[in-house]
Amino acid sequence: MAGEQGDDPNPNPDRRRRRRRRGALRLSRLYSFACARRPSVADDHAESARIGGPGFSRVVNAGAAALSLEQQQQQTAATAEQLLVASASNSISTTKYNLLTFLPKSLFEQFRRVANVYFLFSAGIAYSPLAAYSSSSAIAPLVIVIVATMIKEAIEDWRRNQQDGAFRDAKWKDVRVGDIVKVEKDEFFPADLVLLSSSYEDAICYVETMNLDGETNLKLKQSLEATSTSLPDDESFLDFGAVIRCEDPNAHLYTFVGNIEIHDQEAQQHPLSPQQLLLRDSKLRNTEFVYGAVVFTGHDTKVMQNAMKVPSKRSNIEKKMDWVIYLLLFSLVVISVVGSIFFGIATRDDLKDGKMRMKRWYLRPDDTEIYYDPNNAAIAAAFHFLTAMMLYGYFIPISLYISIEIVKLLQALFINQDIKMYHEETDTPAHARTSNLNEELGQVDTILTDKTGTLTCNSMEFIKCSIAGTAYGRGITEVERAMAKKKGSPLIADMDNGNQYFQPEGKVAVKGFNFRDERVMDGNWVNQPNSHVIEIFFRLLAVCHTCIPEVDEESGKISYEAESPDEAAFVVAARELGFTFYQRTQTAVSLHELDPVSGKQVDRSYRILNILEFNSSRKRMSVIVKNEEGKTFLFSKGADSVMFERLSGSESAYREVTQQHINEYADAGLRTLVLAYRELKEDEYAYFDRKFTAAKNSVSADRDEKIEEAADLLERDLILLGATAVEDKLQKGVPECVDKLAQAGIKIWVLTGDKMETAINIGYACSLLRQGMKQITITLETPEIIAMEKGDVLACEAVAVWEKGRRYGGRSRICGLPMETTGLSPPAALEKPKTLAATASKDSVARQINEGKKLVNASSGETFALIIDGKSLTYALDDDTKAMFLDLAIGCGSVICCRSSPKQKALVTRLVKTGTGKVTLAIGDGANDVGMIQEADIGVGISGAEGMQAVMASDVSIAQFRFLERLLLVHGHWCYSRITSMICYFLYKNITFGVTMFIYEAYTSFSGQAFYNDWAMSGYNIFFTSLPVIAMGVFDQDVSARFCLKFPTLYQEGPQNLLFQWRRIVGWMAYGVASAVIIFYLSTASLQHQAFRRGGEVIDMATLGATAYTCIVWAVNLQMMITVSYFTLVQHACIWIGIALWYVFLAVYGAMTPDFSTTFYMVFADALAGAPSYWVVTLLVPAAALVPYFTYAVVKSWFFPDYHNEIQWLRHRERAHPDPESSADVEFGHALRQFSVRSTGVGVSARRDAAVVRRLNGTQVHHADSPQTQAS
Amino acid sequence: LVGILFVPIGLTSLSASQKIVELIDRYDINCVPMADKVGYIQDSKTDKSCTRTLTVPKHMKSPIQIYYQIGDFYQNHRRYVKSRSDKQLLYKDAAHLTKDCEPEGYSAHGAPIVPCGLIAWSLFNDTYTISVNKKAIEVNKKDIAWQSDKNKKFGSDVYPRNFQNGNLIGGAKLNESIPLSEQEDLIVWMRTAALPTFRKLYGRIETDIMANDQLTVVIQNNYNTYSFGGSKALVLSTTSWIGGKNNFIGVAYLSVGGLCLFLALVFIVLYMFKPRYNIFVSLTLSSRKSHFIPFRTLGDPSFLSWNRDTMDCSN
Repeated sequence: MAGEQGDDPNPNPDRRRRRRRRGALRLSRLYSFACARRPSVADDHAESARIGGPGFSRVVNAGAAALSLEQQQQQTAATAEQLLVASASNSISTTKYNLLTFLPKSLFEQFRRVANVYFLFSAGIAYSPLAAYSSSSAIAPLVIVIVATMIKEAIEDWRRNQQDGAFRDAKWKDVRVGDIVKVEKDEFFPADLVLLSSSYEDAICYVETMNLDGETNLKLKQSLEATSTSLPDDESFLDFGAVIRCEDPNAHLYTFVGNIEIHDQEAQQHPLSPQQLLLRDSKLRNTEFVYGAVVFTGHDTKVMQNAMKVPSKRSNIEKKMDWVIYLLLFSLVVISVVGSIFFGIATRDDLKDGKMRMKRWYLRPDDTEIYYDPNNAAIAAAFHFLTAMMLYGYFIPISLYISIEIVKLLQALFINQDIKMYHEETDTPAHARTSNLNEELGQVDTILTDKTGTLTCNSMEFIKCSIAGTAYGRGITEVERAMAKKKGSPLIADMDNGNQYFQPEGKVAVKGFNFRDERVMDGNWVNQPNSHVIEIFFRLLAVCHTCIPEVDEESGKISYEAESPDEAAFVVAARELGFTFYQRTQTAVSLHELDPVSGKQVDRSYRILNILEFNSSRKRMSVIVKNEEGKTFLFSKGADSVMFERLSGSESAYREVTQQHINEYADAGLRTLVLAYRELKEDEYAYFDRKFTAAKNSVSADRDEKIEEAADLLERDLILLGATAVEDKLQKGVPECVDKLAQAGIKIWVLTGDKMETAINIGYACSLLRQGMKQITITLETPEIIAMEKGDVLACEAVAVWEKGRRYGGRSRICGLPMETTGLSPPAALEKPKTLAATASKDSVARQINEGKKLVNASSGETFALIIDGKSLTYALDDDTKAMFLDLAIGCGSVICCRSSPKQKALVTRLVKTGTGKVTLAIGDGANDVGMIQEADIGVGISGAEGMQAVMASDVSIAQFRFLERLLLVHGHWCYSRITSMICYFLYKNITFGVTMFIYEAYTSFSGQAFYNDWAMSGYNIFFTSLPVIAMGVFDQDVSARFCLKFPTLYQEGPQNLLFQWRRIVGWMAYGVASAVIIFYLSTASLQHQAFRRGGEVIDMATLGATAYTCIVWAVNLQMMITVSYFTLVQHACIWIGIALWYVFLAVYGAMTPDFSTTFYMVFADALAGAPSYWVVTLLVPAAALVPYFTYAVVKSWFFPDYHNEIQWLRHRERAHPDPESSADVEFGHALRQFSVRSTGVGVSARRDAAVVRRLNGTQVHHADSPQTQAS
Repeated sequence: LVGILFVPIGLTSLSASQKIVELIDRYDINCVPMADKVGYIQDSKTDKSCTRTLTVPKHMKSPIQIYYQIGDFYQNHRRYVKSRSDKQLLYKDAAHLTKDCEPEGYSAHGAPIVPCGLIAWSLFNDTYTISVNKKAIEVNKKDIAWQSDKNKKFGSDVYPRNFQNGNLIGGAKLNESIPLSEQEDLIVWMRTAALPTFRKLYGRIETDIMANDQLTVVIQNNYNTYSFGGSKALVLSTTSWIGGKNNFIGVAYLSVGGLCLFLALVFIVLYMFKPRYNIFVSLTLSSRKSHFIPFRTLGDPSFLSWNRDTMDCSN
């Protein structure tokens, strides 16, 4: 049978239940797989014509009975198999390698590095007679290095694999295209499904798409009528069969075009829309179960299409290191060429006038191989060049890469172990998943952060309100807390205590409610002067919403399901304040109310006449209710901007006060809404009702307008009640963290899928925005553009699919446009207006960007914030505008991009990364951040509640945003400074070594003889000098963690790359050369040709080599001692072990039989150890070699200190004078500190400063003297 | 600290070096009577003995080491260094292992040469006969090689074969009845020198030589250093704990130590006159600002006041 799956052991179409280990996602696999192409069917729908055409080729046969359908059509096995191959398996792996590909792939990765290629090349030479030293000793280091690196890669990958396994349930991978899948409540969809039916009668289901777009509100999906009615339970699928034709896998989350043909219904085709598509990794909520047919699996799913390939990230330092290696290679070639030329000349001169006139007769130049042939000196020189390349190979630090990798691995371990980045509540430590990028953490210039779940905990708390001009609520927001902490005011302690005082009394903190005010709580509001206003205020809170109550049968507790968490917060607040909303029917809401007169609980229900829904242009919602007395009220809540203009003129008594409160709230980072009401007269309502119903029933394109018009009639002359302030609860410590990061000079961009208002509020909450900051808003919500798009809508209306998608697909998107214009070619009828609108939108965006730029350029000293919405972003990211956009964005203190899709997040990240060339860090927690995390130089995943995708894709994962501070300022800085000093040191030590060999060559007429013993040379990088470097890379701290955090400016060393400038690198190289010169000449001159022992023995090549080698080992290790600024025991041990190892090597290697040890036989035991001059020289030479650096270091830290030098000095002084008051260093430290806390455009400090400035300007207070008084 | 430690060491070693008496006589020029030096030295028939007279400046305590010093002889040339077979030198039945020895691996008849290679082939062959005040003294040629070399690198049952049999004679011939481990001149020679100018131990004089004694050395000037423009010299030297005479170590110690002391002094003086803190403040005020790119500053009042504060205290 065509399409029958060959490997299925049980092709029987009977249902097989599979129970997942963790939960109970039952996969009713009715029919395994059958798939075939069918000639496209003529169709009335314009877009359906495309189905089956290019880009719309997917055909899915779902259900058992599809089998028979299949049979009616002529199939070929070939096409079926092709498609079988084409549709990806549902298993997804994020590992780089698997068992088979590991060897070639990792070898390839290894040899992508220049240095390793070079070493392979020189290893090749080692086997030819050109070799400067024995082949095995040349190969050994390379092999060790490569093997070690590969082992490291393997371990890392294996660990990643482990994590994959933990997350992905094994059974998921068995899901195939065409399967019917049953998903139960609170489970993730295993693949992209077409909704067939659900537990609800009308086949709706609620879906949470947090992982896709970060939004937590539930989205409603509804299946087609055709499928919903006929498929209520498992059994009904027995003879269900359908063919789904739809688009090819693509990355557009909000589009889906296809149709379904159910075979028992006379092959009628029903169009499918995004409304029926359940996306992988979204979650089923509030619905018992759904059935769906799998259309896309594995990498074909929309989520995965959005995901980008796991890139092999390399840090900037590493890239620069390649250039350093190139430089070294270049100098290597240069000195080799120089050597070869001299060698050629010397060789040519060896033989004059035929055989009899040999110059250096002892070399027998008359009878040589080609390598020394005086008659072919040029060729000999060319061969010598190769020899020299190998000989001076020590210029290139072979063990550099492996050392760095080891160091990074250990550094990562330290990051993982840091108790201060361990989140106790969730038991998650920080986790550096790829260690490649540690030092990059110290160079971050821009942070791109997700909002939901990253900055915020994604829960709203009702925290304050202003009723009738009186402000209630004493809760403290995170922002306020942060500011208070900054000031160091004693108030904070009181506040905290106060909080605790309220909490304990047997009352558990209520989620979404953080309101503390005894004046209104526990029914006390009755005694307030304007209690009637308060009453209406609370009633409004309890009535004006779209929540659904869920009463827990046992405890009687009521919880609410709301579209957005802030709505839930209102209802919860109302409940806590005595107006419990407990029931909603189609027409009424019922409350338990506290009657102010009797003081008793009464039940009241309100008939809901109309709900005027919220949308982003109205910015308000209203309900019209009729109470039990028959009075009709309009309850309305909305943004202050729209609400204030709708208030009745007479109501000015506390209008200004309220406005002031609202400003205060907003400044404290709260979301505010204005509440107002109005009593309606019968005839007024009747008139409205007529109009409204008419508008609702109209089918014309301007339906929305009509509805709005009607609503507008009522929503005026409102009576102000007050305002609410809801805190979008920030994660702990976020404002402080943002502030610290800002002080460290890191720019923070917020990229969120949220609405603009929400994003701006959060901006305020975490101090990225503040009062007095000029906001540049780029949006396409302007009337003209909307009008333009209306044109599109008109066209869209004709197409039913589009229309359906519009209702729930997204609020501000119209027609799924223009965000997704590319992937899906719309029907021809739509093309024209769309392009019109697109061009207009583009022009508008460009214009806005230009205006913004002018604004920024024109003013100095002001801070700007750029806010851009997703739609505009589409245009701003076009090739021709993106440079402009970036320019503007860089000029702004903070940037907020709202309503951005995952792809856009990634694109913005790429723009910043490539546009500025600076290091970017992306942080996020959901699957919608994966693209951005992968795109950024460093991706940080928040390992929170929401799935693991972000973490899986990230390079580092942390539990909370605030850990970012420590991760960057402390670990990042350390890693950066460690790695850079490590590399510099590596260059130094290898150049020192290499140059001594080169100088020696000059004394052997550049014949290519190595100064040192073969094995000693190979041991240099691996044994004698590697341990201390690694120890330095792991343990060194230029500045302690405390000071790192205290002086955030220190971090700027990273982004500005002060520690890895060419100046520093070349400086170290030059110092290496200098050391080599000193070491070589001092040691040879000391032990020239006179006897070096009492016995009269003279030095020979082996002994001199060993002595010089000893000097180098000492010098290089002592140099390490000077370089390291933070000594640990390990550090000491490593240095001494390195040195000791050399002596051990000398002794042991020398004690082996001469067959092995060749020139080193007994060189130590017999010759050197007994010679005082050897010891004297090895003391002298290293000391002499270190003098220049020592002098330099002292002079530098004295006269031209780096920032970290200063802090080191401070620490040193602090230790020396434990009593800080007595010391003059207080001022010094103070000055330093003041300096380090640079004024920034964003952050709590900036806000505080701005507030001070405002106050100063306002009250003309004279400058206070000390910073402290100013701050308070 | 280093300075304090180094100066005494320098002084000690310098004095040790000063006590050593060293006599150097370069004879390569004077011992060739003809203009055509190369022709002279390559002529195997002429008698090349040459007499040199030296006056001992100071009392020389025994043992007195006799060295020959050769200049510009690249014993460290790669071709030269490699041209030997360690196995052949040590093991009796390894005579055929002459792979690295070409072109001195096999004799004209195809038999392996023992010891093979360029090093052995070019063995130094000048000889010295020394007499003090016309009275011949014995030169002890035993124990001039490293003990370890004699024991483990040159076989006591390996005898020279086919050595210097070719048409091109390099240097000295070897007595085929003495095993290699006893051929100390060869062993000394085969420890290749590190630098192109080197000394090698020739023998020892076991008696003291008084000051102003007349030393007469009869040299058999056989070795060809003339082709490559090298030099030859005879060196007589006493030794001390530091070895031979070399002031360099002492001088180097003194200068490094002195430099350290000087630097320390400079820094101390600097510190006294210009404490670091003030330097820092002035530097910060002048340079820091430009060092870090400011991040769009507001007219931050605290920043200004800090300026004033620190100015106050530094004045």
